[in-house]
Amino acid sequence: MPAPTCASCGSARAALRRPRSGQALCGSCFCAAFEAEVLHTVLAGRLLPPGAVVAVGASGGKDSTVLAHVLRALAPRLDISLHLVAVDEGISGYRDAALAAVRRQAALWELPLTVVSYADLFGGWTMDAVARSTAGSGRSRSCCTFCGVLRRRALEEGARLVGATHIVTGHNADDMAETVLMNFLRGDAGRLARAGGLGSAGEGGALPRCRPLHLASQKEVVLYAHFRRLHYFSEECVYAPEAFRGHARDLLKLLEAARPSAVLDLVHSAERLALAPAAKPPRPGACSRCGALASRELCQACALLDGLNRGRPLLAIGKGRRGLREEPPACAPPAAAPTPAPAPPPPTTCAQQNDLRSRSVTCAYQTSIGM
Amino acid sequence: MAAPLCVEVEFGGGAELLFDGVKKHQVTLSGQEGPWDIRNLLVWIKKNLLKERPELFIQGDSVRPGILVLINDSDWELLGELDYQLQDQDSILFISTLHGG
Repeated sequence: MPAPTCASCGSARAALRRPRSGQALCGSCFCAAFEAEVLHTVLAGRLLPPGAVVAVGASGGKDSTVLAHVLRALAPRLDISLHLVAVDEGISGYRDAALAAVRRQAALWELPLTVVSYADLFGGWTMDAVARSTAGSGRSRSCCTFCGVLRRRALEEGARLVGATHIVTGHNADDMAETVLMNFLRGDAGRLARAGGLGSAGEGGALPRCRPLHLASQKEVVLYAHFRRLHYFSEECVYAPEAFRGHARDLLKLLEAARPSAVLDLVHSAERLALAPAAKPPRPGACSRCGALASRELCQACALLDGLNRGRPLLAIGKGRRGLREEPPACAPPAAAPTPAPAPPPPTTCAQQNDLRSRSVTCAYQTSIGM
Repeated sequence: MAAPLCVEVEFGGGAELLFDGVKKHQVTLSGQEGPWDIRNLLVWIKKNLLKERPELFIQGDSVRPGILVLINDSDWELLGELDYQLQDQDSILFISTLHGG
């Protein structure tokens, strides 16, 4: 059967049906509607006031590519200026290729680009070094836990470097729904309390952050990129197969197949969640080491780095932060201990590593990135 | 009875990695008893094009959830999904959404 006609312009062939309204639109009208919705999200939530200097977290991936493209189109209307900030976590074979994509985008769109690296910010602790450090710890790899915390810190530093007043990231509705599921599955009341917000207002001196695409479904983000002919980097991080988020993602995909609105419904549920008084997290204070927002003595980033530097990477992972109040190590770890970012990770002989690797059958992309 | 068809099958968003990195494939489907629809195109792709890890592309008799299908630049939802009958010179694009962004 032929595709219906676009409900908006009435002339072109419809390219898709919008999940929420059921309206059939052609590629061009869909892109216009998508941009109008992002504009509405920003205006209605007062996310980016006129004059804002906006640091866009740019990874070269589909979401940040679409985010940067849409905000660039809306920038004159919103009276904001944009600055791309890319984070180099030091993941050989993955991040280098992704950064190349970001550089191409910055050149194409004539936007300033700043790259910040874990190696510089965190005393040589690249993700490859963290992964080696956590490799022998059993169960699933927890290096992704480190990356989530450290990347947010890195983005904050990059944003400050360029004098930004706001940070935006490309999280879409599916990402938000996965996060809600993850927080429930881990009993993380503190995060659940914050899960629904449009963004964080920037307590404790942190820059305000928001996610203009948080109501856009992942499918529509990809289709927008397709119809606007945007080029992005589309390989999976080499460590991703071991991240906990994968379980939430699989569950979400099954749920979505049974009930398409489940994704957005989860996001809305989280927005409306109220915690029992006993579950409410305490008012955050300041990290005793770096001054950033912290609900305990050390902020997450400092606690994680502390564990790494003590040779006990899992010290700050999980509840209770067992052992953190122990006296500091007798001598500081040698600066040369973590391998500098440019060197590719040496082949590992740890049995655990082989186990994890043999579980994910070697395939083309793993080989191509030198794994 | 379906006549032989020439269609273009394209892979994007990372899905091409399962097909030796080749994005565009010109495919000739031979004449056969029943019609050529997306359902048996998938069977054909699995048999003739897919190089590895079929579970990352196909689930049951359809594509894995998270893989978008565009037929002549329109979402297959508008065209009957698996039941869409292929026509000569059709272009079928499979885009994977299953990676970080």
